[in-house]
Amino acid sequence: MRVKIIVSCVLMMLMYAGVQAQVKHKAKPKAKHATTGLAASIAKGKTVYMQTCVSCHQVDGGGVQNMNPPLINTTYVLGDKTKLITIVLNGFNESVEIEGNTYSNTMPSHDFLKDEDIANVLTFVRNSFGNKAPAVTTAEVTKVRAAVKKT
Amino acid sequence: MKNRKFITVILPLVAVCGLILLNALKSDPPLKHRNIADNAGLTLPAGFTGTALITGIGSARHIAVTPQGNIYVKINKLKNGKGIVVLHDSGDKAEVVSSFGDFAGTGMYIKNGYLYASSDENVYRFKLDAKNEVINPEHPETIVSGLISRHEHEAKAILLDNAGNLYVNIGAYSNSCQVKDRQKGSMGQKGCPILDSAAGIWQFKADKLNQHYSDGVRYATGLRNVMGMDWNYQDNQLFVMQHGRDQLHDIFPEIFDQKQSSLLPAECLYAINKGDNAGWPYIYYDQIQHKKVLAPEYGGDGKKAGGENAIDPAAAYPGHLAPNGLLFYTGNQFPAKYKNGAFIAFHGSWNRAPEPQAGYFVVFQPFKNGKPDGQWEIFANGFSGSQAQTESGRAEHRPCGLAQGADGSLYVSDDSKGTIYKITYKK
Ligand code: HEC
Repeated sequence: MRVKIIVSCVLMMLMYAGVQAQVKHKAKPKAKHATTGLAASIAKGKTVYMQTCVSCHQVDGGGVQNMNPPLINTTYVLGDKTKLITIVLNGFNESVEIEGNTYSNTMPSHDFLKDEDIANVLTFVRNSFGNKAPAVTTAEVTKVRAAVKKT
Repeated sequence: MKNRKFITVILPLVAVCGLILLNALKSDPPLKHRNIADNAGLTLPAGFTGTALITGIGSARHIAVTPQGNIYVKINKLKNGKGIVVLHDSGDKAEVVSSFGDFAGTGMYIKNGYLYASSDENVYRFKLDAKNEVINPEHPETIVSGLISRHEHEAKAILLDNAGNLYVNIGAYSNSCQVKDRQKGSMGQKGCPILDSAAGIWQFKADKLNQHYSDGVRYATGLRNVMGMDWNYQDNQLFVMQHGRDQLHDIFPEIFDQKQSSLLPAECLYAINKGDNAGWPYIYYDQIQHKKVLAPEYGGDGKKAGGENAIDPAAAYPGHLAPNGLLFYTGNQFPAKYKNGAFIAFHGSWNRAPEPQAGYFVVFQPFKNGKPDGQWEIFANGFSGSQAQTESGRAEHRPCGLAQGADGSLYVSDDSKGTIYKITYKK
């Protein structure tokens, strides 16, 4: 028991020293550009997410077991933007299967959101929870909405 | 430079380690209190012991225990193509005896020499021998088929009474019967058409094969979704736990804020008589105002009362905790106060985000003469793993089904990690 504690203390010391060394090598934080297009879109998108998506897809984007799918590295989130925008505009009820799991709940249409809000929330989702994918623009949402309306 | 490193790196480390060592030296706790794993991670009232009999058996939903110590577990996602797992409980652990049944589902109940099991559309039964073992696992009899299962609240909880009846929950394929399900601002459908074939408890004959809707009776209506049900033999009455509606804020943000939406509406325990209506989708029960409130989809504002024809709940619990199991305790092992009271397995919430999630515990509701009597209390907690896991909703284990053993032990299933818990009491 005590030997274990001493050993873990030594380990901790080594680890801590390692972390310190790493921190040293890291470049100084870049000058803050909080208002770059992408950062601003992500920040605004987070607000939309926390109002309209969070109750189903959860704060960490991990979804709910058997009910609401995760938004983490799915082909829907990272893939074709037109399809992704359509999911938000029209809702989704097609029993998606992600890693062998299906989800029995309904994703409602969010066509009440403004084009800009949809662009921002999708840009936020595509750059959060470990996702990395290009931003969605308001113009892209406007185009998809027009196409969806026609059909 | 060297000096700085000593101060910023070495010194705090020495201090931290010193503290840890000091603590370890002075307070090696007595064995009895040291290990929460003593109770398989559960927190229980004094005198109770929790044991994890087995883990990893799949999405373990409802369970039934035989006097011979076998546990039948209904699995919600086929494992090796099978949907029922048979365990044998040898006291402090259980082993898999066999598995059978090529259908996934939730319902599992033993009555009159048969094992009843449900998929999301059908109810089957298997004949048991004198040792309560399934005689012909490959050939179930179909009792009911063709029940509605439409992408929401599909699971069919089942129960049998002493009068030859089978009760089946048919959940609403909707949250609140809006014209567009779960859509912001969408209003309720007039004369909600879902109620004809779902959102209620249907009664069938327990021993008649190949029944359909037309052979059944809508025993109770206006119940959005029921997973936990049990028969109370003190009052000779059906009791059910309803899953209350979701998303008051998402759908009507101008009436409900996120905090209100995380607490409302109540998860309700209902005492059911034939023909009762519990009021969904037109009303919900507000446990803070203690009244039935008109649903916003039907013109409510969060205050207006409604549901003159709907029954009141027998007891109400905080919102979204998801009651998946209900069991009246009739054993003699536990202290007297538990006798004829109700255990309720709360699967735990998801619809509280971004507010902290809650639940993931088993509640005890005291009863007297077949009616709830006194304040409910948390009986078994700790399934989630930690307070942080409860609040994030990333629970390790999620209680679902309940069963009572012949010796009065309480069994709890977990459909997340496939653990079967046994809770026992010793004076
Ligand atoms: C009422 C719950 C609910 C809400 C609110 C909701 N979703 Fe969904 N979402 C779902 C469900 C359920 C599915 C899967 C539907 C299916 O299986 O057919 C889904 C699927 C998705 C998918 C495709 C599958 C995946 O996991 O990649 C994306 C992307 C998505 N939702 C994004 C969003 C965004 C963005 C918002 C907010 C604007 C949102 N959802 C709001 C329930 C919801």
